[in-house]
Amino acid sequence: MEEIPKTNFSLKDVVSISDFKREDIEAVLNVAECMEKLPKERKSSLLKGKIVASLFFEPSTRTRLSFETAIQNLGAGVIGFADAKVSSVKKGETLSDTIRVVSGYADIIVMRHYIEGAARLASEVSSKPIINAGDGANQHPTQTLLDLYTIKKAFGKIDGLTIGLLGDLKYGRTVHSLAQALSLFDKIKLAFISPEELKMPEHIKEHIKGIKYEEFTELAAVLPELDVLYVTRIQRERFADPAEYEKVRGKYIVNKESLKGAKECLKIMHPLPRVNELSPELDQTKYALYFEQARNGVPVREALLYLLKDVRKW
Amino acid sequence: MVKKTKDGLYIKPIKKGTTIDHLPAGTAFLVLKIIGTPEDTITVAVRVPSRKLGIKDLVFAENKLLSEEQIAKIALIAPNATINIIENNQVKQKIRLQQPSEVKGLIQCINPNCITNVENIPSRFYIDKNGIAKCHYCERTMTREEYIARIRV
Ligand SMILES: [Zn+2]
Repeated sequence: MEEIPKTNFSLKDVVSISDFKREDIEAVLNVAECMEKLPKERKSSLLKGKIVASLFFEPSTRTRLSFETAIQNLGAGVIGFADAKVSSVKKGETLSDTIRVVSGYADIIVMRHYIEGAARLASEVSSKPIINAGDGANQHPTQTLLDLYTIKKAFGKIDGLTIGLLGDLKYGRTVHSLAQALSLFDKIKLAFISPEELKMPEHIKEHIKGIKYEEFTELAAVLPELDVLYVTRIQRERFADPAEYEKVRGKYIVNKESLKGAKECLKIMHPLPRVNELSPELDQTKYALYFEQARNGVPVREALLYLLKDVRKW
Repeated sequence: MVKKTKDGLYIKPIKKGTTIDHLPAGTAFLVLKIIGTPEDTITVAVRVPSRKLGIKDLVFAENKLLSEEQIAKIALIAPNATINIIENNQVKQKIRLQQPSEVKGLIQCINPNCITNVENIPSRFYIDKNGIAKCHYCERTMTREEYIARIRV
């Protein structure tokens, strides 16, 4: 029978990727791998009798469905709401009070909020673990963990890979968290590929000083070296001058043509949803990893729920 | 206490109270906002020549002792300032300020969408060796210039 690995997972909440040490990330990835192999009946007994609150103060259907699937797969009950507009929280109750009350009912609280720092505050007032499913423009740690899991599953390892991050590197929280998390691994090389206006911010580069990275404005300049190309969308609103946007947008669209010269083993990732930055003509190629990436959200969230199921902070 | 520079005496010494020395030029008025109450006599010198800083500001507050919170705020503005507590024309205690590594409740977060600007909870920041402050909650960073402008007075 498949055994769930014993781990050194040290966190009591999952609020920010910056709280993770390498051991914590590895714990999540190892348990996630096991979750994919466990027989359904065995899995559905892991959180039996537990209640998980799913509090979506801001709607996010994909993330919510992925979490709620994970919760149900593990046999726990779900309480909560999908949109704060239809719940009592709109009646002026503070977030702290809502969380204190819900932490009296639930064993784990999954929350998404439109205010940055909401998850950190919740973790300070809740006696039960908080899993941050996105707090405004700040953190979305489960996205980063599923990105790492996807890389590890595709290559068997994360150490030693060369990973390109392409698109809006200035405002994209996904690429900031991913770069931070990758910096905990060994012999990683990062390539930041973006227009001048949307380069990786200094404070992120400061944070990942330990690893090798280089900046490019053209994908072609670094493509032959890449094992992974992580694509993100460039939004028109980010440009003060619309003419500038028109000038750069075509340069950062990834399609069969722009992948000429890529390694055989190159994998393309994208947090989805995509608009036009990633051509559908790639969907059936060996490069496409993004649909698998989306599916990996479930085992990774199952792993987090499992690792936090018995945590009581006080 | 007499404050002498190579050009002479800029402020009349005080018998009793607090002097704040080695303030970066231009920060005295912010310090005044932090310590000033209408019943105090306070003398200020701005852009005084200084061997250490080139030019500096000075603040002398008669009969006044600063609270810990006021001192903590001055340390944010001027981490290299010196505070002297004066009694009977003598320096009774010298406090050399230091850049704090963590501050609670003293600064407002620059991010309007930060939970500390929405819910009534004290702000909390970590300040690194380069003087960059990071919000404990929303994780946004501020330069010294940015957070000095957001000290709660
Ligand atoms: Zn903040």
